[in-house]
Amino acid sequence: MAAGARLVPFAGWEMPVQYEGVIAEHRAVRESVGMFDVSHMGQIETNGPEALALLQRLCSNDVSRIDLGGAQYSVLCREDGGVLDDLFTYRLDPQRYLTVTNAANHEQDLAWFREHGDGFDAQIIDRAPDYAMLAVQGPLPREIVQAVANAPLPARMTVGTRIIDGVQALVAGTGYTGEDGVELLVAPEQARSVWDALRRRGARPAGLAARDTLRTEVCYHLYGNDLSTEHGPIEAGLGWCCKEETGFIGADAVRAARASTPPQQLVPFVLTGPGVARPGDRVVGGGTVTSGTFSPCLELGIGMAYLPTEHAAVGTEFTIDVRGKERSARTAKRPLYRRSDGAPRRALG
Amino acid sequence: MAEASYPSDLLYHPEHDWARLDGDVATFGLTWHAQDALGDIVFVDPPAVGAQLSANQPYTEVESVKAVSDVFAPLSGEVIEVNQRLSDSPELINEDPYGDGWLLKVRIADASETSGLLERDAYVATLDE
Repeated sequence: MAAGARLVPFAGWEMPVQYEGVIAEHRAVRESVGMFDVSHMGQIETNGPEALALLQRLCSNDVSRIDLGGAQYSVLCREDGGVLDDLFTYRLDPQRYLTVTNAANHEQDLAWFREHGDGFDAQIIDRAPDYAMLAVQGPLPREIVQAVANAPLPARMTVGTRIIDGVQALVAGTGYTGEDGVELLVAPEQARSVWDALRRRGARPAGLAARDTLRTEVCYHLYGNDLSTEHGPIEAGLGWCCKEETGFIGADAVRAARASTPPQQLVPFVLTGPGVARPGDRVVGGGTVTSGTFSPCLELGIGMAYLPTEHAAVGTEFTIDVRGKERSARTAKRPLYRRSDGAPRRALG
Repeated sequence: MAEASYPSDLLYHPEHDWARLDGDVATFGLTWHAQDALGDIVFVDPPAVGAQLSANQPYTEVESVKAVSDVFAPLSGEVIEVNQRLSDSPELINEDPYGDGWLLKVRIADASETSGLLERDAYVATLDE
């Protein structure tokens, strides 16, 4: 994309990290409308009479609860409960689902779906080449996108096909910023014209650096930072999206973790003095920072860390070794930032 | 953020620092390129007045939203003044890297060290590599 983007390579993609500046872009999303090119995200279609049965085996959540046109967050676990990816699954037709994957995990997820799809009457189709993805986020995007849409936009946590500025799009009421908004999945060759149309109507280009500060403020997990095969979903605070009774791969490990006290817990924190902790910084006395940045809204260092469970209660003071300097921190309630008009909604991981 | 600029009255260190000489006092700061690469700067933690700096050694860190970076001393000397405004307004480094965004003033120890620094055009040439 043009628009003065600074690009960096990631997982085979040229990624737009920054346009006008991360703080300005962050504020645009919190106050009006920002637009992200998240075309690096992957998509897997699962289609057929046993699509639901297969997804129920793969995804940690209860996939049978997704209504037609609905959406659901889950994790993909190994047998030992280690998290392979976090996913968003949309039900497009009664027997057709679309699952959004993280770019770096997409090929591995696809192989995992295919390996475990043997014996199920369901087709597994790589849709990543078929979709570019734009996330339009903030208090105002619905007005902007609605103005060029052929029908009312899908509500929060639902999905539907619409014509957006003359282009067929899958429109989902989801996001990764804690704000309202929509995500648009369109054919890659048509993404540019949709992007330009929304820009003309006031959507401000925002890069992946702002996406990271936004999602950290609302404590959404980032795979590769806060989630990995090293930690199970219970430690990561994702027990809410695990329904062990569905028998998903890893359900036994998750059930055992839930019944015991995990050694570590992922908790949000704020720095109580100057400085910014970064992923990989060590917690004095045990633990590791997995997400850490400066919060443009709170104007202090924030993040998430795996802490020993006995030190993970909200309000606990602790110390982070930030490149050799001891920085004071305190565990906090999630989310770290809350919209003034109510709680942020759970969104795409 | 301002347009790229590299004043010709400064001396440049290849680690993207500048020095402005006035007798035996030098003002240090970050170049336009450095602040642009870092993005929005949110913290600076400068050394105290009286600290001794060694040329080519890091003397502080600047922290942006995205990253943290060492700041290198272009010349050796003793810190005689730090820019107090940066503690409340670190964004001055982005807004005015050669003016209000200066970092500190140093009484230089060895004027001959300036021969190791780059003139404007030589520094700008390193940015094109």
